[in-house]
Amino acid sequence: MTADRRPEHGLVLQDVRIRLDGELLVAIDAAVAPGETLTLMGPSGVGKSTLLAFVAGFLGSDFEATGRVALNGRDVTALPAERRGIGLLFQDALLLPHLSVGGNLLIGLRPDVRGREARHRAIEAALAEFGLHGFAARDPATLSGGQAARVALMRTLLARPEALILDEPFSRLDAGLRGQIRELVFAESRKHGLPVLLVTHDPADAEAAGGRVIELG
Amino acid sequence: MLRLFPAAALFVLLAPVAAGLAGILLPAFGYLPTLGHDDVSLEPFRQLFAMPGLARSALLSFGTGLATTAIAFAVVILFVAGWRGTRLFRTLEGLVSPLLSVPHAAAAFGLLFLIAPAGFLVRLVSPELTGWERPPDLLIVQDRLGLAMSFGLIIKEIPFLLLMTLAALPQARVAEMERMTAALGYGRVVGFMHGVLPALYRQVRLAVLAVLAYATSVVDVAIILGPTTPAPLAVRVLDWRNDPDLGGHLLAGAGAVLQIGVTGAAILAWLAGERACGALARVIAKTGWRATADSWLRGLSAGLIILSAATILAGIALLGLWSIAGPWRFPDALPAAVSLATWMRVGPGLLGPLRDTLLLAVSTSFAAVALALGALEREARLGRAAAGRGLRLLYIPLLVPQVAFLFGLQILFSWLGLDGAFPAMLLSHLVFVFPYVFLSLSDPWWSWDPHYGQLTRALGHGPSFVFWRVRLPMLARPVLTAAALGFAVSIGLYLPTLLIGGGRWPTITTETLALASGGDRKIAGATALLQALLPFLGFAAAAVITSVLFRNRRALRSSG
Repeated sequence: MTADRRPEHGLVLQDVRIRLDGELLVAIDAAVAPGETLTLMGPSGVGKSTLLAFVAGFLGSDFEATGRVALNGRDVTALPAERRGIGLLFQDALLLPHLSVGGNLLIGLRPDVRGREARHRAIEAALAEFGLHGFAARDPATLSGGQAARVALMRTLLARPEALILDEPFSRLDAGLRGQIRELVFAESRKHGLPVLLVTHDPADAEAAGGRVIELG
Repeated sequence: MLRLFPAAALFVLLAPVAAGLAGILLPAFGYLPTLGHDDVSLEPFRQLFAMPGLARSALLSFGTGLATTAIAFAVVILFVAGWRGTRLFRTLEGLVSPLLSVPHAAAAFGLLFLIAPAGFLVRLVSPELTGWERPPDLLIVQDRLGLAMSFGLIIKEIPFLLLMTLAALPQARVAEMERMTAALGYGRVVGFMHGVLPALYRQVRLAVLAVLAYATSVVDVAIILGPTTPAPLAVRVLDWRNDPDLGGHLLAGAGAVLQIGVTGAAILAWLAGERACGALARVIAKTGWRATADSWLRGLSAGLIILSAATILAGIALLGLWSIAGPWRFPDALPAAVSLATWMRVGPGLLGPLRDTLLLAVSTSFAAVALALGALEREARLGRAAAGRGLRLLYIPLLVPQVAFLFGLQILFSWLGLDGAFPAMLLSHLVFVFPYVFLSLSDPWWSWDPHYGQLTRALGHGPSFVFWRVRLPMLARPVLTAAALGFAVSIGLYLPTLLIGGGRWPTITTETLALASGGDRKIAGATALLQALLPFLGFAAAAVITSVLFRNRRALRSSG
């Protein structure tokens, strides 16, 4: 479809084919520019999650995959997940329950922010920016759904990813909150110039994202 | 490094069993060069079959093993079928772990103190109802049919089988099946038999067979409650080994081979029984019999399971009472005074065994948890493919009679100059502790949401970080519970400690068993109570550590 467009910047999926037991599951060829969102839609079982797993670096060994994933000109296909620089958001916030809110953010914050004090300052600044000033010591289990979603987004951004993968990220939030968090996520990804790969069932998500939509299956 | 864990786990499970079996076959056929026997012959078997009462011993082991397993399993299944979802059921669910953690020997002593001619029940009704001023001369315990021993086995088998059944229930889609059979008009019990039991039984089958193998070759309960003229086969094998005049290792080797035959025959009989029950269930299913009048069966199963739990608890209470009893003459129901004299007397002597017990239990439990976590983490990193295959092998040490392979292992260790050495003790405990630790850890391990790991990787952290900083802390509660379980299993182990330790490792458990023939109830009560309390302390410590660790973490503090 857009195989001729090969920007140096952004996320490029080139001739990606994923098979299970020899049967073709997903075939895609696409480029997502910085700040843009590519939305993948389609019924369950068409391989959306499989594709996300391949791009993020978690494809199970029973799948066979060919093709290339490039990020800002870097071929990341063979890299382990932790060196790809692709942030993940799932439908649950998945805050680590054994750590405080601050501990969760520190796990996200890049290691090149050095020194205990500097790291804590960075966390406090991020919390304040997201309207959660003073939340660092809180138990994640005491947060509301919207607060947890914001902490999850913050944690992902503190790792300074070069791209985002969103796997039905708003489907567990109630309707009022959903729009609000959706706006926040897309505003942040545009602000940081991140290419975004979004999987969703909700046409309103795709509309809010504003980018291209690919129907799989 | 991580790669070696599955292999190490396999080694721990299989090497002692394989080496031990080889180590009994040779002496059984007359070959034991270290003691000067180097001619291969059938002489040990000729000697074995000439032993008086051998057939009775073998039949006793076979019969009590099959009967206790069948009764305990029937009670558990009827109880689950009849009472799932009720308040009584939840109460017993909560009691399962404490009851399971009581070592066999302590439970057997408790039962002895309860039902013996001079025991609590007789005292309670004497002399008012019985007229007995002196303990009656009745063979209530150590009876020739092994009824007291069987009762002791059943009350300990029930919590184990109940726990395994509870663990298997979620996979059997019980709630849907129950609704379906009830909607068709079937009674609770028969509906459960048709709808749930077939799937459930496949899940618990190996655990049931492990119970059967244990019951046909039990030593500690048999020493305390079992018949002596003759004793069950495993006890006699142990006696032969300890007595050079009786033929020592060669005769014991032949006896151990016979023990394998007896246990194997019991397993075959059980498998035949499975088929017969399956065929019977199919015949009943064809008749469409609704069996709605099953309340007597429900009542019976509840009565029996409450009786078994109450017996263990009452037994432990009696151990405690005897340990603090002053003068307590028959037929007084209660001691005339309480005193700490017994504890003062036996306490100092128990410190050494206590230290060895704790050293063994803590290091075995730690090694088992480390090994299990390493093997599980390796499987997780490879993708789950290997997971199902390994689980069946876990049962191998539990399906071979302990007395059989431990003999061989002891011969092997003494040949290597390792008998009584710490690594040998550790390995001989690990082979029994590891299966329980792994089984208890593997469900929570695999039900952990892998998205947490993916998310942490996506933040730039490697797999080791995920293991140490995310998965392990999140699974701290099940890991500590598994450690406590391993600790409890190790505390209760008698034969490995006795045989491999070669007398150099007196533990609370070997001390408890040494008092079986002694007759001093106060000392036996104190020692057995200590044996019963140690596993319980392990579970309590696990609970306290979890709640301190997660005092500010609501999601991890609540159970489940």
